[in-house]
Amino acid sequence: MRQGKYPFVIGFLIAPLALYGMFVLRPIAAAVQVSMTNWSGLSPNFDFVGLENFQKLLDDDKVWLAAKHHVFLLVTLPVITIALALFFAFLLNMGGGTRGGMMTGVWGSKFYRVVFFLPQVLAVVIVGVIFGRVYAPDGSGVLNRFLELFGVDAVQFMAEYGLWSILGVLVWQAVGFYVVLFAAGMSSIPAEIYEAAVMDGASRVTIFFRVTIPLLMETVKVAWVYLGILAMDAFALVMVLSIDEGGPDGATTVLPVQIYKSGIRESDYGYASALGVALAVFTIIFAVLSLRGGKRNAVEH
Amino acid sequence: MANKSEKRSSAGVLNKLSHVALAVWAILIIYPLIFTFLAAFKNNTEIFIGNPFALPSHWDFGSFGRAWTEAKVGTYFLNSLIVVSISTFGTMLLGAMAAYVLARYEFIGNRFIYFLFIAGLAFPVYLALTPLYIVVQELGLLGTHTGLILVYIAYSLPFTVFFLAAFFKTLPNAVAEAAMIDGASHTKLFFRVMMPMAKPGLISITIFNIIGQWNQYVLPVSLLPGGAEGQEKWLLTQGIANISTAAGYQADWPALFAALSIAIIPMIIVYTIFQRQIQSGLTAGAVK
Repeated sequence: MRQGKYPFVIGFLIAPLALYGMFVLRPIAAAVQVSMTNWSGLSPNFDFVGLENFQKLLDDDKVWLAAKHHVFLLVTLPVITIALALFFAFLLNMGGGTRGGMMTGVWGSKFYRVVFFLPQVLAVVIVGVIFGRVYAPDGSGVLNRFLELFGVDAVQFMAEYGLWSILGVLVWQAVGFYVVLFAAGMSSIPAEIYEAAVMDGASRVTIFFRVTIPLLMETVKVAWVYLGILAMDAFALVMVLSIDEGGPDGATTVLPVQIYKSGIRESDYGYASALGVALAVFTIIFAVLSLRGGKRNAVEH
Repeated sequence: MANKSEKRSSAGVLNKLSHVALAVWAILIIYPLIFTFLAAFKNNTEIFIGNPFALPSHWDFGSFGRAWTEAKVGTYFLNSLIVVSISTFGTMLLGAMAAYVLARYEFIGNRFIYFLFIAGLAFPVYLALTPLYIVVQELGLLGTHTGLILVYIAYSLPFTVFFLAAFFKTLPNAVAEAAMIDGASHTKLFFRVMMPMAKPGLISITIFNIIGQWNQYVLPVSLLPGGAEGQEKWLLTQGIANISTAAGYQADWPALFAALSIAIIPMIIVYTIFQRQIQSGLTAGAVK
């Protein structure tokens, strides 16, 4: 058929494949391999130690703490973010009430959409540094100064409620993205469905729970997976915001921080790779489970 | 009649509550950013002891100069600009090439290679972090922008290929066939015909990659180690994180906030101008 197809195909694929193989596939394969050695990085010699690193991992308190924190974030981050985002998206699309049988958005909904989405374009690290002052443990902190107005004593946010504080920043940054996502989903729901509901005398609250949410279920599930993956990360925030990078005493640590510390800082390559494998297994199990669960009860429109 | 007006007034209350809820969230988003900008003009005492809601006592722009030169934010900013421009360009070129061939040409191993790229989406970057560090070190690219650029491109490929392959598949065959009959080569067809037709998809993913790579933190912090010489190579995110963690009470906090302002203000300006494209570019992945 076409002449010179193969040279062209090879020519176009060789550079992307080479880079991808070198920096993504090879390290992934090596991670599994290195995780079964005692390579410390200090010497070029290392031995195969089988599952010893994984045994060590199971005995590591910090790892259990980190896993607990991931489970906490895995539940709270999607629930809070999705609830807030659905609520705001609904207000933006339909908070204006009914006009001639049509649901309308609130006044200024465009402005709100732009503002809500803004944190999404800011680097997590930058946001983390800013929140360091928001959460400052005395009257110079934005949040504590605000609470002072209500007679609340200074709260030691990072020292006592570190994980909740980090969750707060994650939610702060994520909500806007899902507002835009859900708002787009809502506006694609046919107007007749709402008209019928309004005709039947359904209130906005009823419409929200009985019409909008069931029809958005697919998008919500996508959001759940995305937020779950975010809950497995949290690296940058923990690094810049928490006390002692994951402290105090491991109270805010997460697996990526443990991987970075033991792999890059301490050159404990074998152990760090085992942690990486554990995190990947954790992430993939979560993704598979939530995608499975998502298939079962889908509502179509 | 009475019933109807009752309904209307309850809708009015709901409407007001909607506005309150939305306005509160808007303030929660905007205030920390305004606070950051104002803190750049304050002095250490005002930041550490003063009222966070107060205005600066005098408008001192000196902190911006100190951040730019002494704290090296200028260097970091330019480094980020150089790295991200080259790596985004490289990502788009290589990603589009691979996606195009995979989407529109039949050959042995096509499905396999496509799957290989997509598989990359499933693995967290932390899995490969340690071996990646070793690979980059073995290649002698540790602490170089070249190394970081190649790594950025490699890690951006799965999503770029995934998205663009879907996009190239939707392009009509007729134009491509006409160009082939006119004697265009495969390469010419790609650059002159298909790339211009794929412009909407390319723009979305370019935005996605620029923002993702600009905000990267774990890769530069792992692959650009410190030291007197290494620090010259640092990117903006890691530079600012370092200023903030290294800073004690006697440090130059106004300069830190000036640095933060320097980092976020361009993003806010670019975002306000291109907000429609940026929103659709970033949400593209979730919609597909």
